[in-house]
Amino acid sequence: MSSVSESRRDLRLSGLHKRYSNGFTAVKSLDLVIPQGSFFALLGPSGCGKTTTLRMVAGLEEVTAGSIKIGDQDITSEKPFRRPVNTVFQNYALFPHLTIAENIEFGPKRRGVKESAAQVKEILELTELTEQAGKKPAQLSGGQQQRVALARALINRPEVLLLDEPLGALDLKLRRSMQGELKRIQEEVGLTFVHVTHDQEEAMTMADTVAVMNQGEIEQLGSPYELYTNPQTTFVANFLGRSNLIKGTVIGREGSGADAVVKVDMHGTVISIKQDRVHTVSKEGWIGIRPEKLLIQPEGTSLADPGNHFSSAVVVGASYLGVSTEYVLKMPWGQELMCFEQNRGVRGGIVELGTKVDVSWRQEYVFLLDSSQDAQAGREEE
Amino acid sequence: MASLQRVFGKNVGYWLIAPAALWLGLFFLVPLLSLFTTSLSDPSGNPIAGYRLTGRFANYVDVIADYWPYFVRSLTYAGIATVLCLILGYILAYAIAFKAGRWKTVMLVLVIAPFFTSFLVRTLSWKLILADNGFVVESLQWLHILGEDGRLLATPFAVIAGLTYNFLPFMILPLYASLEKIDPQLLEASQDLYASPWKGFWSVTWKLSIPGVVGGTLLTFIPASGDYINASLLGNPNTQMVGNKIQALFTTAGDYPHASALSVILMVLILVMVLVYVRRAGTEELL
Repeated sequence: MSSVSESRRDLRLSGLHKRYSNGFTAVKSLDLVIPQGSFFALLGPSGCGKTTTLRMVAGLEEVTAGSIKIGDQDITSEKPFRRPVNTVFQNYALFPHLTIAENIEFGPKRRGVKESAAQVKEILELTELTEQAGKKPAQLSGGQQQRVALARALINRPEVLLLDEPLGALDLKLRRSMQGELKRIQEEVGLTFVHVTHDQEEAMTMADTVAVMNQGEIEQLGSPYELYTNPQTTFVANFLGRSNLIKGTVIGREGSGADAVVKVDMHGTVISIKQDRVHTVSKEGWIGIRPEKLLIQPEGTSLADPGNHFSSAVVVGASYLGVSTEYVLKMPWGQELMCFEQNRGVRGGIVELGTKVDVSWRQEYVFLLDSSQDAQAGREEE
Repeated sequence: MASLQRVFGKNVGYWLIAPAALWLGLFFLVPLLSLFTTSLSDPSGNPIAGYRLTGRFANYVDVIADYWPYFVRSLTYAGIATVLCLILGYILAYAIAFKAGRWKTVMLVLVIAPFFTSFLVRTLSWKLILADNGFVVESLQWLHILGEDGRLLATPFAVIAGLTYNFLPFMILPLYASLEKIDPQLLEASQDLYASPWKGFWSVTWKLSIPGVVGGTLLTFIPASGDYINASLLGNPNTQMVGNKIQALFTTAGDYPHASALSVILMVLILVMVLVYVRRAGTEELL
């Protein structure tokens, strides 16, 4: 087993720690394995240490403790210009005095690669920049500059390509199309991409694996699907999409093995949560449910859905977004919950404010989080 | 702009450059023409009675034949001083731009601080510093770097040192201005793309600072090659530059036509050298 993993050129961060001279700890003993050839995203709010981690891998920031390895090659204290790693900088950092072709040629030239012209031509085609080859960076649009930054790094075929908020400077529409483009290029070249971003949608669209970072630590790591459907902390539950978190009390456990469930009392209703969705051992917990998993129906009409039912909720807010409607429901116990409903046309309009509604959800979508965590953690500031 | 147009009418642009154009016309163009005509006049006149304009090109031949070593010295001293200024100035400007942190402003003020006292006074104080019984000479003698009778004052060394000192700020400021604009992330990018710090410096920092290098060397070389204060205060009769000769011909000999011819030659010489230099350095945008 170990011989297999060592022959692979995975990026391994072990106990990686960064403490600045002013005493601020940006990254706390990070352990991470990024498989060769994967598209990996480091997701987190600004100041969470994701960029510092990236810069340590690039060699632009000194490591306080821990190690960085590619396969079994230790690069922790290797000079940045000797690492098999390239970076796409947030503001691209294109050389303003060089043409696009010269910018792209910069790496191969420094490494003494002869006959780089064919490579340059190929990469210009891959990034659709052939016509811009003779121009200077200032003559290009933001999206084109972004592609130059990518081409300039990719031509070196690094073992790991680091992308620091590569789409941050682009407008929304361009960002969407570049996301697809990046994913396509990664699949085409098959290199390991480590993508740093604060945009959860961007991370989820592109990455195979996402690590959610907060305050210098990894909160949770997994596929976008795992992270979204089964968050382990309130921070992940709120930062990746949105969540309703409701106080509950654990009353017991039933079954064993894969069928084990935890019974939780939530304001008088008993909810069964599968053991692998329970992330607390204390008696209290946050019961979490995603807003789009909430189904509502005006009182008196039938709500045929197997799951937990609650009655006497009141619609106190509704925002119509075209594709969907976001409702705010006041539950009998006084808490307000979010409910997102696709506008599929079955209702023939939106539910009026003040309407009493029945609410239901399938209990297999519920997750249970530790009550000592802040229910507001990771929420976007309004 | 709109309100300016109300006052001056449509030709607001011309009105705005008028004061400067008038000033230049009176105090630059007229003296320049007068210099030209004098340089072609008969030297047998005198400053009080005036000179007859006879189209005497022989003035030029005379001064080149008599004074060409002064030109050689001028250009050599100014050239060496410019190179020294570039080396010293680049290091300092680099340090101010990238390493000074919160001391940046203080250091810049210190660079400009010498301008608060007169050029003449500062050059005179170098006379004291480099004097035969001054501590610099005595220390160097004690260290046997300078011989028993060795001296610094009244040598080419003193003249070049004076020129370097006096024109250093003119080198530092344009260098600083162009270095300061360089995004430090470009250097990180160069290192990320396999350039060692040294290669990164040459391929990014140096290349991007060329406008400053050209600006600084011009601002140093041009006035330095016409300077006569340093040579007359710190040098000896054998270290005199063209400036000294021009000054002597104007004030002592009263030979305006030959002095003018020397001035014109110096001007044309510098102009041609600058044009060639700027072409070569590839920064035509400066002109």
